[in-house]
Amino acid sequence: MRRILAVLVRNRPGVMARVSSLFSRRGFNLSSVAVGPTDDPDLARMTLVVDEDEAGVEQVVKQLHKLIDVLKVSDITSDAPIARELALVRVNADSGRRLEVVQLAEVFGGRVVDVDEESVTLELVGMPDDVEAALRILRGFGLKELVRSGTLAMARPGRLAAARSAEMEGVRI
Amino acid sequence: MSRARLPEPGQVVTGAEAVVWSLIAEGVEVVFGYPGGAIMPTYDALFRIGEPRHVLVRHEQGAAHMAEGYARASGKVGVCMATSGPGATNLVTGLASAYMDSVPVVAITGQVPTALIGRDAFQESDVCGITMPITKHNYLVRDVRDIPRVIHEAFYLARSGRPGPVLVDLPKDVANASLRWPSYPPPLDLPGYRPTLDGHPRQIEQAARLIEEASRPVLYVGGGVIASGAQAQVRELAERAHLPVVMTLMGLGALPGRHPLSLGMLGMHGAAYANYAVSHADLLIAVGARFDDRVTGDVKRFAPKARKIHIDVDPAEIGKNVPVDVPIVGDARRVLQELVRLVAPGRRDAWWEQIRAWQESFPLVYERRAPYIAPQDVVVQLDALTAGEAVVVTDVGQHQMWVAQFYRFQAPRLNITSGGLGAMGFGLPAAIGARLAVTDRPVVAVLGDGGLLMTVQELATAADLGLPLPIVVLNNYALGMVKQWQGLFYQGRFSHSLLPPSTDLVAVARGFGVPGRRVERPEELTAALAEALAASGPYLLEVLVDPDAQVMPMVPPGSAIDEMIGVKGRLG
Repeated sequence: MRRILAVLVRNRPGVMARVSSLFSRRGFNLSSVAVGPTDDPDLARMTLVVDEDEAGVEQVVKQLHKLIDVLKVSDITSDAPIARELALVRVNADSGRRLEVVQLAEVFGGRVVDVDEESVTLELVGMPDDVEAALRILRGFGLKELVRSGTLAMARPGRLAAARSAEMEGVRI
Repeated sequence: MSRARLPEPGQVVTGAEAVVWSLIAEGVEVVFGYPGGAIMPTYDALFRIGEPRHVLVRHEQGAAHMAEGYARASGKVGVCMATSGPGATNLVTGLASAYMDSVPVVAITGQVPTALIGRDAFQESDVCGITMPITKHNYLVRDVRDIPRVIHEAFYLARSGRPGPVLVDLPKDVANASLRWPSYPPPLDLPGYRPTLDGHPRQIEQAARLIEEASRPVLYVGGGVIASGAQAQVRELAERAHLPVVMTLMGLGALPGRHPLSLGMLGMHGAAYANYAVSHADLLIAVGARFDDRVTGDVKRFAPKARKIHIDVDPAEIGKNVPVDVPIVGDARRVLQELVRLVAPGRRDAWWEQIRAWQESFPLVYERRAPYIAPQDVVVQLDALTAGEAVVVTDVGQHQMWVAQFYRFQAPRLNITSGGLGAMGFGLPAAIGARLAVTDRPVVAVLGDGGLLMTVQELATAADLGLPLPIVVLNNYALGMVKQWQGLFYQGRFSHSLLPPSTDLVAVARGFGVPGRRVERPEELTAALAEALAASGPYLLEVLVDPDAQVMPMVPPGSAIDEMIGVKGRLG
């Protein structure tokens, strides 16, 4: 089961090492990590996507809490979180197929960020599953290079979450 | 004890001096350490300030084990100090041992100057990276002004919540820089650290109801009870609710071994009746214990009929190894205090009748084989000579289990052993650390020949100190536990587990300035033990024991804990 954890940590040297050391030592399955500073420069926010059963996720959360530099761990999976991923992908496209790639990119809401004789570089931003779906199609052209941010996620404001989750597009993660 | 006076707030001191003054302000009585290049500024400050007392070890591993031995025996934070690189890496085993058994230790290591960090400088190692998984927390101090706060936090983290080791890595240039001494203690800056100490009242209430309803309850207590000082509450609860008490290796002494409600140790080498009680229980009350594999055997068949209450200060322990019916996060003493108030007194005579029958039928016994000294006899006689009131420090292996089985510890903090990590080489230095912590009781080291030789150089430290310390070596010329497993599970192929008798341990001890003697005949034993106990300084008593003695009974790997081998039973 994939779960999204929002983790607030102190923005200090070594904090990433502590978190990743914990995952490798305890054998937890980590699908993606994304991290960056918050509005408060002393704090950083990590989005972890873990692949564990219920007991496993509980252990992950509890073990993360034990790290002194971890301030808060929230499992936001069931809060209909807003989840996004950014991918930069360089697709094989000579002049003959360039238009085709650009049109497909538009279908997925992608943006062309660079073009040369042999390739088109696209920026894809969206829900992780949509990014994955776009990449699946683009693989047909052959990918020269791919870089992904990992999932970024935030919970929706508390009281509205339940109502909104019904009407919003399901978060397929 | 008179103490050097702390600097006035605002007074300029060096980083190294700030370390030493902070240790003094934290009430540190003794530091175990070994100097070297990167830690020299701090050693110089120790020399100039003249406090705290420093014990020079002969290998940094000894310093870490002494610090944990001191901490285990006293409940105070043990402190060790080493230089960068090899000095720091030599502390690793002791820190890992302290981490596994939740022992409060602060380690201070020198580091190469900040400008050289990451350049593979002489005696550089990334000790914070190395010790990350075996410390509760660690610090690389980059700003000299942080030193008092970091040391204060290190002590606070080490001793609070679930205790554990904390390492402070101090680059040489930071130690040499200056700061204005703050008013001590400086404020803690630990917003992410708030241990839960009081249990949830509704959960405690529910636990009380389960205890009252249970007809075959067992109280299962571990090292957390000793860490929190909950022995009085354990006893009160057990007596009030008529509960049989089983203890983990780390929990021995939580209830006096001679108490009628004590069933001693459970698990791999527990008494058969202790394991049978757990296997038949309808309620298991786990306090400060972590369902370790040496306790549970096949965890899926551990206490299969029992509902489980789990009290622990570390929420991550609850549900880690077994599902739990009533989780209670909190300090053992506080939670038990509440629980005792809520549980109605009760008697469980039918359950006790069953347990007494198991005790009668399957007692904890051992064999004597002429002409040898049975190693268990050494422990039984030591127990009798000291009335179960001595601090007994063991190493790891067969002798450790014999002590756990046959020394009936009458109080907490008497059983000093490397339980979770099982670090051979722990015994002698830990005994020295315990000896410095304890002034009102005998401290006895019981070691195997293998473990003694791993840290034998600390005999020199024992000789320096000159304090009474009987060191009883059960010599079977083998790595006994390895040999026992090879006999049982590897068809007697004793692969590299036999130690040739060419080492004369008594002569080795004499070389270090420690007197001693060797005994081989059973009739010599009692007098020799008494002589060792009466010695005015360190004394090594080498006891040649039955080389084929085994630790029994035993739960073979993969079995449930009631599937023991080597149970001597009158019913079969």
